[in-house]
Amino acid sequence: MMDILTVVLYLASSVAYMLYLFFQKERFQEAGYLLFGMGFLAHTLGLTVTSVQTGYLPIHNLRETLGIAAWAVALVFLFLRFRYRIKITGVYAAPLALLAYIVAMRVPDLPPTQPEAVYSSFWFFAHVITIFLGEAALAMACGAGILYILQENAIKEKKRGFFYRRLPSLEQLDNMGYTCIIAGFTALTLGLVTGFLYSKLIWHRFISWDPKEVWSVISWLIYAVLLHERLVGGMRGRKSALLAIAGFGVLLFTLFGVNFFMDGHHGEFTRF
Amino acid sequence: MSAWDERYGVMREIVLTGLNHKTAPVETRERLAFSASEAKEALGALRARPEIDEVMLLSSCNRVEVLMAAKDCDAAVAASKSVVADFKGLPVADFESCLYTHHDNAAVRHMFRVAASLDSMVVGEPQILGQVKGAYYLAASEKASGPLLNRLMHRTFHVAKRVRSETGIGDSAVSISYAAIELARKIFGSLEGRKILLVGAGEMAELAVEHLIQHQAGDIFVANRTLERGVELARRFNGSAIALEELPEALKEVDIIISSTGSPTYVITRDMVKQVVKSRKGRSIFFIDIAVPRDIDPAINRLSNAYVYDIDDLKEVIDGNIESRNVEAVKAERIVEEGVVAFARWLEGLQTVPTIKAMRSKVGSIAECEVEKTLASLTGLSDEERAAIRRMGQAIVTKVVHDPIRFIKDGCHNRDESRALSYARSIFNLDE
Repeated sequence: MMDILTVVLYLASSVAYMLYLFFQKERFQEAGYLLFGMGFLAHTLGLTVTSVQTGYLPIHNLRETLGIAAWAVALVFLFLRFRYRIKITGVYAAPLALLAYIVAMRVPDLPPTQPEAVYSSFWFFAHVITIFLGEAALAMACGAGILYILQENAIKEKKRGFFYRRLPSLEQLDNMGYTCIIAGFTALTLGLVTGFLYSKLIWHRFISWDPKEVWSVISWLIYAVLLHERLVGGMRGRKSALLAIAGFGVLLFTLFGVNFFMDGHHGEFTRF
Repeated sequence: MSAWDERYGVMREIVLTGLNHKTAPVETRERLAFSASEAKEALGALRARPEIDEVMLLSSCNRVEVLMAAKDCDAAVAASKSVVADFKGLPVADFESCLYTHHDNAAVRHMFRVAASLDSMVVGEPQILGQVKGAYYLAASEKASGPLLNRLMHRTFHVAKRVRSETGIGDSAVSISYAAIELARKIFGSLEGRKILLVGAGEMAELAVEHLIQHQAGDIFVANRTLERGVELARRFNGSAIALEELPEALKEVDIIISSTGSPTYVITRDMVKQVVKSRKGRSIFFIDIAVPRDIDPAINRLSNAYVYDIDDLKEVIDGNIESRNVEAVKAERIVEEGVVAFARWLEGLQTVPTIKAMRSKVGSIAECEVEKTLASLTGLSDEERAAIRRMGQAIVTKVVHDPIRFIKDGCHNRDESRALSYARSIFNLDE
């Protein structure tokens, strides 16, 4: 029941934001924000109920993983929207949450294969949450990067078309993107650290060279380079946006691609 | 007015030829623009041509126009093209396709519209009237203008004033400077604390700086070829003056640069900006180039995080905001039309007096001729009798032309002079 409600609310929110994109009427944006908030509540409720019923966090298969990913995106978006007031971000955040959730619902619900002990440790919980929040933040950074590129093209090429009026200033987009990267990178770092600690706890070694671990480190390195260049080399604006987009591409692969194309103990979480 | 008519016997007509931002790209306008001293010299050259009786030269960043009064308008236009071509060292063929030519009422209408800012890049902009006045005062002081253009220009200023006060066309400060601010905000978000550099001087540029100050901009720097002018401007904006040599260094600090100098070459080059990119740590830099010829190398736009907008680019920005102005512009066009009609009437009024004179003179000379012929063949008349016959001749003339003159003058009152005049001229066959 919660499922249906969540989807309907995310869908309504996406539609409202699309209307806002095309017609630029404030009430569409306000409706989108409100609906999204309600969808998030429904989503949280659903997750809480499931966790309480089963006794552990629902990330045993692709279905549940996507559900958590959607939830993380929703949380991060709401925070950013509140903090930065860049209304247009709802245009990609709402459909993203919706898409992840719908795909999740289409995937069959498989029972867990690992022993319960694996899932009930604090470190496990911390690892999963930080990783997903980090990825959600970096997804938003990617979105901000795309908007930045769009707006920068409009200004530089002097073709102030569809997006020019609807997008905020370059400075705002850059700032928001930067915040997302810092937050995302921090969360990602914590996620990796808790992962290593958890691995030591369960499998008695910090790192197993599982493909996901390898690719996570690669992703982490990309963002580390981005941050370094930004802080030390003064790389802002366009290049920063492009790296944020590229980095997220790698991250998506790390999250899903690795599981589909390569074997490893993380494969459990995206079984379908 | 009748002095030259008596002398030349043919009416002067008004003709205007030129190019503007709608017909010629900035590169062509750059090459044909006249500085104040050049305009003075060019006026002399134009006046010296026999085809041209009266002339005024208007040159601004958006237009170059020659307004003339001449008997043979086509010859005058050709002469003006050749004078300009020689003066600028540019073959006529290079700019001919951009030229428009207006005769009589159309020329009057064009002049009124230009001065009322209806033909400007930004309809309603206030600078053009000052530019037109300047052009006229120069022509008047160089004795290049005459009675026809003098009257036309005075009417022009009157119409422009009416437009400005009776319509809302100039109300919102929509101008190049406003467009620049809008863009700056799309790049920087808030303009608070942004550092501004003004290179050169000029009404539009200074207006832009004032707008920026209103938006809480930060430090203002002024660079000018003449240090005193720079210091004066800096004082006005509560900023600091820098020498032109310090400009490359200043580029490290400032966020928004507004350039409006008379320099024929680029004041800020791509290399200058490339060198400071690193020390700017990738911070955005925005160049607003109001000058024609352009001050800022357009290649700078291709550098990372650097944006260059020249005057044509700014115009496009304004196009987007122009709707409300069009409503006011309709009212302004009506005022212009009233002015055109009034001027046309005045012009025709010029013909009334000569026509009446010509009529009187023709009838009078016929009468005189016949009277003398008759008197010559009569003998034995006393002087008194001769005088009485001559007086009779004159009385007949006066009475004969009385009704036609009334007809013409009534035509004036009924606003129908041209028909009345043309009938009178035809009936009395004055134009043979």
